[in-house]
Amino acid sequence: MSQNKHLLSAADLSAEAAIEILDTAEGMSNVNEREIKKLPTLRGKTVVNLFFEDSTRTRISFELAAKRLSADVINFSAKGSSVSKGESLKDTAQTLEAMGADAVVIRHPASGAANVLAHSGWIGGSIVNAGDGTHEHPTQALLDAFTMRKRIHGSASTGKNLSGVKVAIVGDVLHSRVARSNLLLLNTLGAEVHFVAPPTLLPANPANWQAKLHYSLDETLKTEKPDVVMMLRVQGERMNASYFPSEREYSRIWGLNADRLALLKDTAILMHPGPMNRGLEIDAVAADSSKSTVLEQVANGVSVRMAVLFTLLSGERVSDAS
Amino acid sequence: MSSRTVLTSDDIDRAVTRIAHEILEANTALQKSGTANLVILGIPTRGVLLAERIAAAISKAEPEADVSQMLGRLDITMYRDDLASNPTRAITETSIPAQGIDDKVVVLVDDVLFSGRTIRAALDALNDFGRPRAVRLAVLVDRGHRELPIRADFVGKNLPTSREERIRVQLAEADGTNAVVIES
Repeated sequence: MSQNKHLLSAADLSAEAAIEILDTAEGMSNVNEREIKKLPTLRGKTVVNLFFEDSTRTRISFELAAKRLSADVINFSAKGSSVSKGESLKDTAQTLEAMGADAVVIRHPASGAANVLAHSGWIGGSIVNAGDGTHEHPTQALLDAFTMRKRIHGSASTGKNLSGVKVAIVGDVLHSRVARSNLLLLNTLGAEVHFVAPPTLLPANPANWQAKLHYSLDETLKTEKPDVVMMLRVQGERMNASYFPSEREYSRIWGLNADRLALLKDTAILMHPGPMNRGLEIDAVAADSSKSTVLEQVANGVSVRMAVLFTLLSGERVSDAS
Repeated sequence: MSSRTVLTSDDIDRAVTRIAHEILEANTALQKSGTANLVILGIPTRGVLLAERIAAAISKAEPEADVSQMLGRLDITMYRDDLASNPTRAITETSIPAQGIDDKVVVLVDDVLFSGRTIRAALDALNDFGRPRAVRLAVLVDRGHRELPIRADFVGKNLPTSREERIRVQLAEADGTNAVVIES
């Protein structure tokens, strides 16, 4: 099996490769539970977090993941750097290359930024896409898959895929890179994906997407009985037109409140990639319920990102060689 | 390619039983009893199986001791010194007995002792779990060619080999048969 040098899209991962990352993350999560939460694996490697967009959990998660593997971490955010003086992505990338970065974790408001960085030749290290515009966020999809697998299979999850799991992704699908990456990865892992959203918040040509579409949340919860309900954040910063009449209406029709929480089956789990708009797409009752995996997702994010960095940065991976 | 069996199933059983008794004897010199404060950690993949067999042999010799509380496994993939250049293996689970390893006598178990680099990695890994009273090493086969100042305390068989030869340890739990084979 040949190994990818970059992680740009959830579509880059075969089922085999994705399961391998999830299994590795399983081992990493054991490390995160012990007293000395550190491995010497990436000693001497440098990981640059290149963030052109605000982020709390993704940046901290990548930083913690790299540090737990003993890599050196440089955090770069566009605010307060030469980017605000007008430096281009190319010059920034070449600067990082000159300083010897082994991996660059990039978040950028423009879709495709990570792809440009990976294939332009400006930089020799591995590129990890940590969110590019409304395109993709593959590590989020991996950590969501990891969380589902853990909740469904418990300690016996190693080696398993997600076949037969019914996942409803609800809300602002149009602007959501999380939804796109999740759709690709969940399909690869054998899950069944349903998009639930008002027509204004679904992408143009929704028929091209490998997902079933629904235009009513109540209807979907009642008839489909999903195993996983993933609420998406309403992305106010990308709403440059009126996609829905008012926040109150959105919350009434599309928000996960106490009544809809009661419609979920007992084993169902409720996910949110964060940050949550409490009272808009998700109510406090639901967000803090035992079905909610919001904090598990954050904890699993560190393990999954450790697995990704390990897979990309440690030698050519050949299965079953000794 | 020629291959030659150097240890049969019976030889392996005898070696495991002997190692178990040697571990008990050596531990008696240090502790109140043969099994007091003893922790046995297998190194994946074959080392884990051998550790289970050694624990079973100890349990046979000392029926009142609860060996399940002593047995664990230690994955050393993340501590290897050749991760950057060599093929890596998928990491597997590490489980340390609930009692921990602080002030315990830890016996590491592996199938073949060769360069000593795996054991160095295991020693580093142990460091992150606590501070044992002592660390011992038990191996089924010592084939020489050490690259580090490491030696085994309990050896099933010393097997002088050339570097080009390959030692294959086969255990019924993983390979369906019990044998140690030299291939050249």
